[in-house]
Amino acid sequence: MSKKSSAIADVRSAAGTPKNGPAAHPVNASLSADQKIGLYRLMVRIRRFEERSLRAYQAKKIGGFLHLYIGQEAVAVGCCSLMGKDDHVITAYRDHGHAIGVGMELNPLMAELYGKVTGCSKGKGGSMHFFDPARNYWGGHGIVGGQVPLGTGIAYGLKYKGLKGACMTFMGDGAVNQGAVHEAYNLAALWDLPVIFVIENNGYSMGTSQARSSAGDLARRAEGYGMAWGVCEGHDVYEVRACMARFLEEARTNSKPAVVEIRTYRYRGHSVADPDNTYRAKSEIEEYRRTKDPIQVFQAQLLAEKVLDLALVEKIDVEARAEADLSADFAEASPFPTAADLQKDVYWEADNPSERKSGGRLFFN
Amino acid sequence: MPVLQYREAIRQALAEELTRDANVVVLGEEVGQFHGAYKVTEGLLAKFGPKRIVDTPISEAGFIGMGIGASMLGVRPVIELMFWSFYSVAFDQILNNAANVRYMSGGQINCPIVIRGPANGGTNVGATHSHTPENVLANHPGIKVVVPATPYDAKGLLKSAIRDNDPVMFLENTMLYGDKGEVPEDDYLVPLGKADVKREGTELTIVSYGRAMVLSLAVANTLQQEHNRSVEVVDLRSIRPLDMDTVLASVKKTHRVLIVEEQKPFCGVGAQLAYMIQSEAFDELDAPIGRLCTIDSPSIYSPPVEIEQLPNVQRILKAALEALA
Ligand SMILES: Cc1ncc(C[n+]2csc(CCOP(=O)(O)OP(=O)(O)O)c2C)c(N)n1
Ligand SMILES: [Mg+2]
Repeated sequence: MSKKSSAIADVRSAAGTPKNGPAAHPVNASLSADQKIGLYRLMVRIRRFEERSLRAYQAKKIGGFLHLYIGQEAVAVGCCSLMGKDDHVITAYRDHGHAIGVGMELNPLMAELYGKVTGCSKGKGGSMHFFDPARNYWGGHGIVGGQVPLGTGIAYGLKYKGLKGACMTFMGDGAVNQGAVHEAYNLAALWDLPVIFVIENNGYSMGTSQARSSAGDLARRAEGYGMAWGVCEGHDVYEVRACMARFLEEARTNSKPAVVEIRTYRYRGHSVADPDNTYRAKSEIEEYRRTKDPIQVFQAQLLAEKVLDLALVEKIDVEARAEADLSADFAEASPFPTAADLQKDVYWEADNPSERKSGGRLFFN
Repeated sequence: MPVLQYREAIRQALAEELTRDANVVVLGEEVGQFHGAYKVTEGLLAKFGPKRIVDTPISEAGFIGMGIGASMLGVRPVIELMFWSFYSVAFDQILNNAANVRYMSGGQINCPIVIRGPANGGTNVGATHSHTPENVLANHPGIKVVVPATPYDAKGLLKSAIRDNDPVMFLENTMLYGDKGEVPEDDYLVPLGKADVKREGTELTIVSYGRAMVLSLAVANTLQQEHNRSVEVVDLRSIRPLDMDTVLASVKKTHRVLIVEEQKPFCGVGAQLAYMIQSEAFDELDAPIGRLCTIDSPSIYSPPVEIEQLPNVQRILKAALEALA
């Protein structure tokens, strides 16, 4: 975990979390019991889906990279739960939580991991490249920082079209050091674009701690561009919502960008292939799990609120496990694409031959 | 002779050059404390310390550009790209600055930098991580491009690249890192721009490089054993400089050519090769030049389909039999 600077703690209170805690913030106080259970269930479904996908990976059903989101669930769920009709999300390759957060079904997600034609990207993208534009979810991007100008462009498009929405553009604590991120910050601030740059600070970029990769405080870099910024703790879904609500409102109503750093933690290696034995102590992971696990924390909160009881906790968990298992069955039973699918979805014109206007060859073998 | 993995051969080249020349420095993401994403640089931090083995943030344009600047002053950076696919965020630094600075200064400034890392498909990492940019790089005069296929070549070529006074792009392959081969302990060099006949034959020349060459060699052996056909395999080893003499000598011997490459076809390395072979040895050819590439679409994730998209032994065998027919 990164060290805390007092400057950031100051800004946290300035970000508008009421004294009596994020639970009392109107954005949370106004939630019905069912809505709260819905948030909890979503986090559990993400975790069980990913645990199931890890087993499938170990059974060699999944190839390539698998970057698990386990430990970070409250960030995607908190942020995505605030989405209105014209709000959008884009993120990097650690994209399963956001996909489930915006409401994607588990079957096409698991099928995508299995490389099946029933996958959300027809088996073409894999784990790093989940998309669902119909749910305002723009991926799933493999190049660190590459999605950040795209999110800025979605915000530009919203403003251009006169829509009152915002684009939450997620990136990691390592991505903040890509040049494209800084160019995007400037454009967003210069042109008042409704984009929230959300830094999911899980403390590490692969095996490099924040202290070894970034000079200064991450979100504070917004000051250089005259942008608003804030920091919050990402293990508490209420706090995530309370912090993000204010910035989202500013973006929607006044078209103002912001940078929000959400402190979180990943339990697994960078990807499933990372042996995770060079850069942090196992005790650090255990400590976070014990004290800040986002599902445990919210479960305790909702038990205290008497929104949940233990029977319901158990039921939600059993259902989430069953749903994840079913998604694996679905993926297993689905067909692979074939070599004939390789050259589909490359060019619009090739896929719509009756409407093709250009001549000449599009493909070369 | 010691038998080393391809990754160990590269590591040995790095260690020997770090020892030989105090100006050599290794920079890149996760090269030090994490031992390298593919463990190529494992142990180097412990041996050479943090001044010589430098972990960088994820800022390819920044640290590659910085390396180019430092090389202008005589530092000899060897930069690891975790994947060559990430060169695109540093495109301007490599292909405007490194490629052009010598020329634009009228020869006053040299740029002795090496950029190395894997450039290949085959591990289901999808379209953004599977680029094979040797053609794009070689399209820029001022840039040298090297593509080793074996542990022996990898070590000897990397040592030559580090001693070279021009910017050298060194393209490895994650699928080859575990391959083993004999690597001498002495301080040998493999010069840039020298192709290698990896297998002699009389009826067909397969021109290839990298992992596609390794697969082509296997196919050539099958053709001998199961079809009684004699195929010569020329491993280019360098794309620029390009050893046309070795290619043409082989064409004059076999009179038939198949180019096998893990490139997309359009303007790939094979396109340039085919042009030069027909231009310089037209009368030697008994058949049109054959060419086998990666199927022309972005790289697919789906594991079984990616195997079909790339040159694989079945596809190479079929193309070779066609070329021999
Ligand atoms: C331009 C680029 N460089 C390097 C990589 C390899 N890479 C993938 S993820 C990663 C670490 C990113 O860390 P962070 O931004 O903190 O996100 P996290 O993985 O923690 O979610 C690296 C170096 C890449 N995909 N793209
Ligand atoms: Mg991180």
